[in-house]
Amino acid sequence: MIEIIDLTKNYGLITGVKDLNFRVEKGEILGFLGPNGAGKSTTMNIITGFIPSTSGTVKVCGYDILENQMEVKKRIGYLPERPPLYFDMVVKDFLYFISELKLVDKKKRKSQINDIMELVKITNVKDRMVKNLSKGYKQRVGLAQSLIGNPEVLVLDEPTVGLDPQQIIEIRRLIKALSKEHTIILSSHILPEVSAVCDRVVIINEGKIAAIDTPENLSKGFGKSTKFTIRIAGPQKSIVNLLKEVYGIRYVEPHPSNEKDICDYIIETEKDIDVRRPVFFELAKVGYPILELKSLDMSLEDIFLRIVTEEKEVG
Amino acid sequence: MFAVLKREVKSYFYSPIAYVLIGFYILLCSIFFLPNLYGGYADFNSNLSSMGFILLFFVPILTMRSYAEDRKNGTEVLLLTSPVKIMDIVLGKFLALIFVFLVMTAITLVYPLILSIFGNPPVAQTIGGFIGFILLGTTFISIGIFASSLTENQIIAAIITFVILLVIWLMDAISSMLGGFLSQVLNWFSLMSRYGDFNLGILNLNAIVYYLSFTTVFLFLTVRVIEKRRWSQG
Repeated sequence: MIEIIDLTKNYGLITGVKDLNFRVEKGEILGFLGPNGAGKSTTMNIITGFIPSTSGTVKVCGYDILENQMEVKKRIGYLPERPPLYFDMVVKDFLYFISELKLVDKKKRKSQINDIMELVKITNVKDRMVKNLSKGYKQRVGLAQSLIGNPEVLVLDEPTVGLDPQQIIEIRRLIKALSKEHTIILSSHILPEVSAVCDRVVIINEGKIAAIDTPENLSKGFGKSTKFTIRIAGPQKSIVNLLKEVYGIRYVEPHPSNEKDICDYIIETEKDIDVRRPVFFELAKVGYPILELKSLDMSLEDIFLRIVTEEKEVG
Repeated sequence: MFAVLKREVKSYFYSPIAYVLIGFYILLCSIFFLPNLYGGYADFNSNLSSMGFILLFFVPILTMRSYAEDRKNGTEVLLLTSPVKIMDIVLGKFLALIFVFLVMTAITLVYPLILSIFGNPPVAQTIGGFIGFILLGTTFISIGIFASSLTENQIIAAIITFVILLVIWLMDAISSMLGGFLSQVLNWFSLMSRYGDFNLGILNLNAIVYYLSFTTVFLFLTVRVIEKRRWSQG
């Protein structure tokens, strides 16, 4: 559906993005993750045709953005970082204007607008002027605007920013539902959101792709180690020494609990070495019971921080 | 293009902007009309000349927000990512401004009508004068849109427009000061000298074409400015 090939954008001497390569398949939700200034908005602006690339190709639904601008633009709905709203317009008039811009069939305009307003839950403000809306509502009108014309592709730059927690959950559910009929690229700083909603994640840093994979794979396959938390009853010092002796354990971090003689230990192990059985047997030998053992996969947050702060090889 | 046109016209007339501007304009024109009433002067074309002068101030204010506002409030993205050609966007905005201008001018038709009740204003000359006035205004507006596309700041756009219009208005005086070949070139370009013919009731075809071409050039320049900006800085 969307193909990005060797995409590069330079702003004079500054590199915006360099040699980006990825695809988004039909019906997929792709997450775009990266620190500020990484190139997320630049990439989205290029895909939607707002700015042209310096080199490389972008194809949407088979159409090249540079050669077939109009065809691409008919098929994309875009919610930029700053929702593009005309403050002096009434919500329903604004959406009607958008439907004219997007060349929606005249007879279908009104009903489509009503459906979208229902979907995004802005029907109750349809007669209000945009400038009189709260941030949350403005954001939702922005989202509504991107849905007009039922475009095959949705590009959403931080779609849940400014919404309260309940609205965020609703919008996420909405995005998941939309992915049945649309292909979606969304960018976010909210890491749990990206891992909850997206099928795959692209981590971008300093204009280059640092990682592309599903949130689970990134979590599992990434990193040189795996983490466990284990709760053991017994003297902390000797347990720590004992654990350190187990082959494959890189370090042990004790966290005393409020129960006497019971302590939590965070263990980091080498990748591909399963230390659970050796730990059990060693502890059984000396009679210190394991009260809890839980694996801690790296959260997307950890991965993200790891990737952007050191050189990484993934995949 | 019609979508943009409709939206712009609505935004002018659903807000105080159009009414305040038109109101002030009519007020000023009325002040200039007083001598006609008091002096029993039936010829309207000198009024049109003064009205043209008033346009020097009004057109910059009318046109300053045309494209600059879209850049400022973030809606330029919307326009440029929709399946609309840039030329259509510019045309839509331009025609909306022309519409406001025509409304303003239509109201000023009252003056010659009043004159015709009391006297005998020369009909052909008055009509010619109005046609010239409208063409002049159209050209001014195209310059205004061009200036508005250059910057996000409406005030700067207004100033740029004003300066260009002022130079055009004074072109004849300036060229006579310069003398020589440059003077001849400037004289040919002069918008105002062609305006004089209209006031005499002469509908000079090449003058009409000249005004329309001038307008077209500025509209094209506006499109180029927008395109170039996309390509060079994004």
